Amino acid sequence: MKYIEEFQDPRLAQRLLDEIHATVTRPWAMMEVCGGQTHSIIRHGIDQLLPDQVELIHGPGCPVCVTPLEVIDKALEIASRPDVVFCSFGDMLRVPGTGRDLFQVKGEGGDVRVVYSPLDALRIAQQNPDKQVVFFGIGFETTAPPNAMTVYQARKLGIRNFSLLVSHVRVPPAIEAIMRSPSCRVQAFLAAGHVCSVMGTAEYPELAERFKVPIVVTGFEPLDILEGVRRTVGQLERGEHTVDNAYPRAVRPEGNPAAKAMLQDVFEVTDRAWRGIGTIPDSGWRLSERYREYDAEHRFAVGSITTEEPAACRSGEVLQGLIKPHECEAFGTVCTPRNPLGATMVSNEGACAAYYLYRRLGGPTAHKETSPVG
Amino acid sequence: MCLAVPGKVLDIEDRDGTRMATVDFGGVLKEVCLEYLPDLRVGEYAIVHVGFALQRLDEESAQRTLRLFENLGMLEEEFGDPWAAAAATPEVGR
Repeated sequence: MKYIEEFQDPRLAQRLLDEIHATVTRPWAMMEVCGGQTHSIIRHGIDQLLPDQVELIHGPGCPVCVTPLEVIDKALEIASRPDVVFCSFGDMLRVPGTGRDLFQVKGEGGDVRVVYSPLDALRIAQQNPDKQVVFFGIGFETTAPPNAMTVYQARKLGIRNFSLLVSHVRVPPAIEAIMRSPSCRVQAFLAAGHVCSVMGTAEYPELAERFKVPIVVTGFEPLDILEGVRRTVGQLERGEHTVDNAYPRAVRPEGNPAAKAMLQDVFEVTDRAWRGIGTIPDSGWRLSERYREYDAEHRFAVGSITTEEPAACRSGEVLQGLIKPHECEAFGTVCTPRNPLGATMVSNEGACAAYYLYRRLGGPTAHKETSPVG
Repeated sequence: MCLAVPGKVLDIEDRDGTRMATVDFGGVLKEVCLEYLPDLRVGEYAIVHVGFALQRLDEESAQRTLRLFENLGMLEEEFGDPWAAAAATPEVGR
């Protein structure tokens, strides 16, 4: 657990906390749907500084964690081909597929490369015309516009040896699926700040009204999260349920119009499976008809790969807020960042990995902080 | 991976018909695509995600965020060597 002195502005943090403590009169459960927020909450012990009545439920906001095992297996299959250069963001290297991961594929001779930007992968395609260059396009609305632009550029520049393995997901349908679940305990949402930097806030008033939940757009620095929680608790106590923007320095109501237009051109909405949760209608994007030839699943005919997820992993329950990570029997015993059963234990934005790294939990699973900056 | 880091635009050029910039993230320089913020100018700050400027940011809040990220080691996590980080984790199932 961290202490308030470590906040950037401890006096402001204390003021926000005092106001939350003074406002709350009964128990409330709110969900954040952003891996960056989850990481920040656990790293800084924000949930432990809040009143006992305020519970933060860590929702399915980590893009690495919700990418289905089946898509990982397709990536591993494509990356193993001798004619392929497979490009990815670094945090996918250790995500376990069935029996192995991308790091091992590289060790076995696969040409797996980590890029900072999808445009780097396009440049690799230009430099290697005799190779098929595939980029692993995962992520939420924040990451989809960069990948959309890259496919658009490939088409514009006539680069035909580039393709995208797409598993993009959208936040609003996930919120709807969570609220429709019979076991739902969520009474409010902290909406993901950078998702809204792109998409704006227009998708949320309808959800707030239909499910009678406050939705507060929140950043992911510690003070931003406290401010988001403060505004959310205020709405809950007053019986309100509106969309509020607690991150105006980076979120405008209209979002980024140019990015939204590109998304509309390159992608189309489709059903997507979420690891640990299952298929959510209209919850993702795939390449639109115009760009279908850049779809790696079609180009490499991996559509027939289907994979079941391991039964021991309860990440789906963690992602829906039904259990906390340490309430899973496998947590810290057979499932650790070194030997993960599910992606929530791999990604540093995953709730299980964050609990493992930053929480000292009693008993045989007790673990000291290992963060280099701890 | 949804981390978006504020950076300062140092220069802008046209490449293959695409507006590209050199952006300074607390001393780390990266190539960044400006197509989604075409009117961003040299000296201004923006939130950058995987090499794309996504939203303008004022200088004061950009520098405050950069200082926080630096103190937390998050710039190293974002721009450090991912292979070294992955190699520090033993293989699946071992």
